[in-house]
Amino acid sequence: MVPLSYYLVLSGILFACGVTGFLIKRNIITIFMSIELMLNGVNLSFVAFAAQWHALSGQVFVFFVMVVAAAESAVGLAIIIAVYRTRETLNVDRINLLKL
Amino acid sequence: MTPNLHLWLIPLLPLVGAALNGLFGKRFSRQAVAAVALGFSGAALVMALWIAAQFSSLTLPRVETLATWMRAGDFQVDFAFYLDQLSLVMLLVVTGVGFLIHIYSVGYMWEEGGFYRFFSYLNLFMFFMLTLVLASNYLVMFIGWEGVGLASYLLIGFWFTKDSAASAGKKAFIVNRIGDFGFLIALFLMIKHFGSLNFEQVFRIVAGMPAEAAGAGLLTAIGLLLMLGAAGKSAQIPLYVWLPDAMEGPTPVSALIHAATMVTAGVYMVARSHVVFDRAPQALMAVAIVGTLTALFAATIGVCQTDIKKVLAYSTISQLGYMFMACGVAAYSAGIFHLMTHAFFKGLLFLAAGSVIHAVGGEQDMRRMGGLRHHIPWTFWTMTAATFAIAGFPPFAGFFSKDAILWRAYSSPYGSWVYWAIGVFTAFLTSFYMFRLWFLTFFGEYRGEASASEHVHLASGSRAGTASTHEHGGIHESPKVMLIPLVILAVLSICGGWVGSERFDAFLSPSLRTGVTAYSPEQTAAATPAPEPKEQGGSETLLTGISVLAAASGLFLAWLLYQRRPQLPQEIAHALDGFYQAVLHKYYVDEIYAAVFVKPLIDGSSRILWHGIDQDVIDATLDNSAEGACEVSDAMRHMQSGNLRSYAGWIAAGAAVVIAYMIWMGIR
Repeated sequence: MVPLSYYLVLSGILFACGVTGFLIKRNIITIFMSIELMLNGVNLSFVAFAAQWHALSGQVFVFFVMVVAAAESAVGLAIIIAVYRTRETLNVDRINLLKL
Repeated sequence: MTPNLHLWLIPLLPLVGAALNGLFGKRFSRQAVAAVALGFSGAALVMALWIAAQFSSLTLPRVETLATWMRAGDFQVDFAFYLDQLSLVMLLVVTGVGFLIHIYSVGYMWEEGGFYRFFSYLNLFMFFMLTLVLASNYLVMFIGWEGVGLASYLLIGFWFTKDSAASAGKKAFIVNRIGDFGFLIALFLMIKHFGSLNFEQVFRIVAGMPAEAAGAGLLTAIGLLLMLGAAGKSAQIPLYVWLPDAMEGPTPVSALIHAATMVTAGVYMVARSHVVFDRAPQALMAVAIVGTLTALFAATIGVCQTDIKKVLAYSTISQLGYMFMACGVAAYSAGIFHLMTHAFFKGLLFLAAGSVIHAVGGEQDMRRMGGLRHHIPWTFWTMTAATFAIAGFPPFAGFFSKDAILWRAYSSPYGSWVYWAIGVFTAFLTSFYMFRLWFLTFFGEYRGEASASEHVHLASGSRAGTASTHEHGGIHESPKVMLIPLVILAVLSICGGWVGSERFDAFLSPSLRTGVTAYSPEQTAAATPAPEPKEQGGSETLLTGISVLAAASGLFLAWLLYQRRPQLPQEIAHALDGFYQAVLHKYYVDEIYAAVFVKPLIDGSSRILWHGIDQDVIDATLDNSAEGACEVSDAMRHMQSGNLRSYAGWIAAGAAVVIAYMIWMGIR
């Protein structure tokens, strides 16, 4: 059986990739995908723990995350399309209207 | 029991006038303003005369309480008014002279801007002055005392666009404040030790105390502090410096406030508090010495002044010194007598000087007057009466009162021949500088520029803050509205002393001497030796003769120097150069005060209090904390870049910090 630590290391690597992608990429779509990567990195650790301790709550949590992530990607993509229509760019550095 | 006299109405009437003119005067015509001012001050005069008419049927002293002002435990102060012989004399002087000066002012101020403001202030002054003389306790007196100071400040600075007038007003106010400090401390001492400020209660308690023959005690302290207050108000050494500067005010103000009434408030207060002074011989002696020195000192300065109003100002200080001298030898009635005659002739002198200034178009320098007696005969003759009165020629009013003071200064148990000698010498100086003024102004040739009246008048117009509208056709006599008060005061200056000091003394004695006996008959005999003259008969006549001789020699010397040989004064001044310069510069007293008191105070407050404490501590604390907040926020501001990835970076960094912390804590 594969030890728990392998799963956790993979999960950490996935999450770190997600964070790195989120921070360094300028394209919104790529950033969006990085978020998914982070979510799935976390999901992996959830299911790994669930399998290790034979506890169902971890798996239930993963389903919740998946559902919410699906909803989030639907809303997020809609926002991205709306942003693209008004600003004609997907570069986040140029979408800086949050500043006063 | 006589019916209620409604004494409170007397001060209140001018207050109503002041309020009407002050609030609505701007919309009134000049006629209406004058009518209101004259109406209400005249009504006060009528009430005073009405009281005087039934005076013999009244039971005195008479206290009319209007309301309780404040009460704290056993201590109580009422709004109460007090009528006795002394306040009646003051009442008549203030309302009478005050009303005449109101009339005069209508003519004098007619062309000036702020006509309504002037009369509002003038009526306000009347209110406070009448409160002062009618008060039945020291605190109500203090209201009037402060109030007349306020009115004086407002009126000195009447032409407030002129810098010198504004600062003269401030000077008067601040110097008076020093005196008021003494007065206040005296009141606190009375509250602490006597538990009351009522004249009757205080005097009853004081009358029960033994005289403080040697050493200084409570009564001496109270007496000296009261004297400090009186010295401030009545322009005595060392607080006289404000009065000459107060001449910046309009001339009727100088006549009313700085000659006839307000400055005599100190004398009135000393006379009113005579019970205290009688039992504090050292305070009494201080009053006499201060008065005598002031009389001499101011008279010598007056000799060298060339501004007609400044001469009269120093003359006023000198005459107030006489009144203090009289009070200081416990001859209060003589002091009040001189106060009354002085109000007549000095009021007249100022009004006549105003008329002269008016005639020559605003010129105040006597060196540019001369030969005016043919042009303005009414002013000349009335001023002549006043000059002879102040110089002390019989049978003018000043002779009787000054003679009474000099005689009492010599003969009173507190008196001394030194006071008398200085007094006579001062009388000589008084006569000299007054006749110098008289000769310079009215005799000889006109020394002003012949066609100058117009542009001089323009200068005076700008000085006054408004350009005068009427054409000045050379030197001209003042209008009737100004001459009538002059004539009335001239008659009073001539006849005012005929009542005689003995009769005046007898009239005032219930409130000044036997008043003490009434409080505690058996103690008084021991405490205050009844003022018995040291010598009788012939010597009084001799001393009178000497003082008349002094006055006559003053007249002669003035005639010699300024009429007969006009170049002589120059030579004398040249010969006595150092002394002459000192006198001309008023003994440098203003400069000394500036160097000793004013400059250290300003330096101290600007360096230590302003730059040191206010700027470096209080302001710096606030400024620096505000600046710090600014800087911190400025640094933090850059976090809010609007850049999505930087926000994400902050979140990641924050999360990393939190995780690191938790791990670190977990390990421990």
